[in-house]
Amino acid sequence: MSKYTLSINGHCRSVEAAPETPLLWVLRDSLSLLGTKYGCGIGQCGACTIHLNGVPARACMTPVSTVGRKQVTTIEGLDPQGEHPLQRAWKELDVPQCGYCQAGQIMTAAVLLKENPRPSDEDIDGAMAGNLCRCGTYLRIRKGIHRAAELAAADKKGRK
Amino acid sequence: MNAPDLASAGRRNFLRQSAAAGGGLVLGFYLNGTTQAVERLEKPAAGGAGFKPNAFIRIGHDGIVTLVSKQPEIGQGIKTSLPTVIAEELEVSWKDVRIVQGDLDPAYGRQSAGGSTSTPTNYEDFRRLGAAARLMLVEAAARSWKVPVGECFAADSAVHHRPTKRKLGYGQLVDVAAALPVPDPKNVQVKDPKDFKLLGKRIGGVDNHQVVTGQPLFGIDTQLPGMLYAVFEKSPVFGGKIRSANLDAIKALPGVKDAFVIAGTDDLRGLLPGVAIVAESTWAAWSARKQLQVDWDEGRFADQSWSGFVAEAQRLSKRAGASVLRQDGDVGAALAGAAKTVEAAYSYPFISHASFEPQNCTAHYKDGTLELWAPTQNPAAGQELVTATLGIPKDKVVLHITRSGGGFGRRLSADYIVEAAAIAQRVKAPVKLTWTREDDLRHDHFRPAGFHFLRGGVDAKGRLIAWHNHFVTFANPVSRDGKTSLVPGSGGSLSGDEFPGRWVDNCLLEQSAIECGVPMGPWRAPGSCVFAWVFHSFIDELAHAAGRDPLEFRLDILGDKAIVAGSGERGTPYDVSRMRRVLLHVADKAGWGRKKFPKGQGQGIAFHFSHRGYIAQVAEVTVAKDGSLKVDRVVVATDIGAQIVNLSGAENQVEGSVVDGLGTLMFPELTIERGRIVQGNFNDYPLIRIADAPPKIEVHFVKTDYPVTGLGEPALPPLAPAVCNAIFAATGKRVRQFPLSRTDLRWG
Repeated sequence: MSKYTLSINGHCRSVEAAPETPLLWVLRDSLSLLGTKYGCGIGQCGACTIHLNGVPARACMTPVSTVGRKQVTTIEGLDPQGEHPLQRAWKELDVPQCGYCQAGQIMTAAVLLKENPRPSDEDIDGAMAGNLCRCGTYLRIRKGIHRAAELAAADKKGRK
Repeated sequence: MNAPDLASAGRRNFLRQSAAAGGGLVLGFYLNGTTQAVERLEKPAAGGAGFKPNAFIRIGHDGIVTLVSKQPEIGQGIKTSLPTVIAEELEVSWKDVRIVQGDLDPAYGRQSAGGSTSTPTNYEDFRRLGAAARLMLVEAAARSWKVPVGECFAADSAVHHRPTKRKLGYGQLVDVAAALPVPDPKNVQVKDPKDFKLLGKRIGGVDNHQVVTGQPLFGIDTQLPGMLYAVFEKSPVFGGKIRSANLDAIKALPGVKDAFVIAGTDDLRGLLPGVAIVAESTWAAWSARKQLQVDWDEGRFADQSWSGFVAEAQRLSKRAGASVLRQDGDVGAALAGAAKTVEAAYSYPFISHASFEPQNCTAHYKDGTLELWAPTQNPAAGQELVTATLGIPKDKVVLHITRSGGGFGRRLSADYIVEAAAIAQRVKAPVKLTWTREDDLRHDHFRPAGFHFLRGGVDAKGRLIAWHNHFVTFANPVSRDGKTSLVPGSGGSLSGDEFPGRWVDNCLLEQSAIECGVPMGPWRAPGSCVFAWVFHSFIDELAHAAGRDPLEFRLDILGDKAIVAGSGERGTPYDVSRMRRVLLHVADKAGWGRKKFPKGQGQGIAFHFSHRGYIAQVAEVTVAKDGSLKVDRVVVATDIGAQIVNLSGAENQVEGSVVDGLGTLMFPELTIERGRIVQGNFNDYPLIRIADAPPKIEVHFVKTDYPVTGLGEPALPPLAPAVCNAIFAATGKRVRQFPLSRTDLRWG
């Protein structure tokens, strides 16, 4: 066991874990941040998507020893009020069915929108290719990302 | 079934009411004899924090209406939709409603999310439940004002006095209402559907905010003080038993608290023999498992393989079926005299449910009581299996239903629940058992594979006159009362009534079974999910052989008799008029026969009746010259009765069914070698991804006067045949095997 101090959602968190422990299980078992989900453990499904320094990463494939000083953002920290445009759009369009994959979907989409504020369907399909939804909510995920892009644009306009 | 239905209302007390802890109005309805539940309701637990709601409606002095969702939520939206039915009749504003998930409790009647039954078996009861509460609140207001009841009406969480425009909020009425007698259900007047304010509207899922902000909701999110984490290794060959395991070495590994053998039972779908490893964290348990060495007695299924099953099916197909499911007319003579005949073999592999949240369960055994937190579709099955296997009395098994990350029928089984319970019996702490994805895919209760050997004939006028199917299915050995018999998997038995079984003059349906150790269970629309594909594909083959339009050929088979009576176990009468209506509707909306497609593009049509729903679909596809498939558009027409409960949820279910149906056609396949499932994770067991989802799914709800029915399953079966028939129209290539990758679709 080793001691690690991680920066998670803007807070310093100390944990003890074996170095190879995936960040996923540190988040879930040690820190009770349960929004990041286990789906496959091999980086195939995207349910555990988090941000490391703003870049999407698979928490199931990220040993805790490799995190270092990188800023970790989980679904719980995406927006302080849970009102990120994607979260608003997801609620407005009633995207989820079972909901198990949706945190990962939103975390991937959040980086897409940051880099590409007005993505096309093709852009969305490309960016979201690594996130599985077993319930098949893909049409609403596409719509949700387009809607979030609109909401984000309106927010920006409102701030000006 | 023990579902409380209104037909038996006279035999039971319909409503009971009492003041809840801390005041308020509580309404519930109970079957006769469930005195335990009534007692608990009338003697509610003291204090607020530990209060366990055991009625469907609770109204507080603050006007907040708390409704219990008794059914398990697996993504079908029931936690939102059924309470809406109560809220509608109760005339409560949706913003004043809070919904809590009920635990397993006999007070709620049947609690099972399976067979698309939650809506049809509860809809009318729930309306009357809401209406009864509304009547009591109106009566309470009239008494408070000392005015005639007829001058009062309920709306927006309040009772209004029409002449004086006074109003009293529900929270102000609970004390008076709680003292009133409960109305006789026979006299409860439900609303005219034209006055519905909530039903039929788009209401977002009640847990959506928690879902999108990552709050704990699912079984796998359960955490208890002092909780340990477990993993359970079972035999890779089904039915294998443990000779020995290196338990001492495992117990010495970091973070491991205990490791032990669970002997298990012979039931392939029950508590299997295995090794439990209990540790301080999930990762410690999973890591230790990598060092686990088990010497398995692999048993008698160790030689089974998929290639062996294929050969056995071929062998069986050359003989008469083991059983005859239907025999009408003389198929042999009709085929001999037919103008055109077609012969084809269709097959599909075993597949897993792959529910996204892997199987898991948290259990705590203390002082003789077992407490369970389980993502389950069928909590009573979990309780019963625990009692039968471990001998813990039923009333000492408390089960909390969590949200499930998908179900698809997998969580109707309770194997993972009894595993957690057996581990908890040995561990003096709460313990969470989590399956790996590999456990989940390889130890599923799989959708049965199957082989259909079909012959059909049309006469000189192009009418279907002969249909012969020899269905080769799979069966598990099941022991009961010391005797072992072979039982086909759920969805692995064909009914003699399955379309077109009742519609062809010369019809022979036969069935044979291959014994296997592969445990099987219900998979979304069991049977229907594959039979619709086989039969509507073969009907399409016959339509083309007859040189007829596939829609017109199908309408001709259906005929114009309004209702065709059933004879078998799926023998609900088949309402031909309802099917014709959705079929013509979908054809019209899709522009069937009005569009010209270039080579490589085409439309296909199919329909299916299951789970009380009549569904027809048209798919439009593009097949590129390299054989790659793109489904461009799917049009769906459904008749599920008089009322869509939640428009958003209903559309979501249909869209999901279309994507699920397409994904299952295109990708997954499990093979078996040396008695083991070969595939283990999403790298070799692919699921459909976003780019393959159709860009357009158009959903049309055809409203009829029939009872309101469910939508978790019936929209799935017609998708695969509609797509495969479209592929044929586009390319001339017929898909006769799942998954699609087995068929070369290249052309030109």
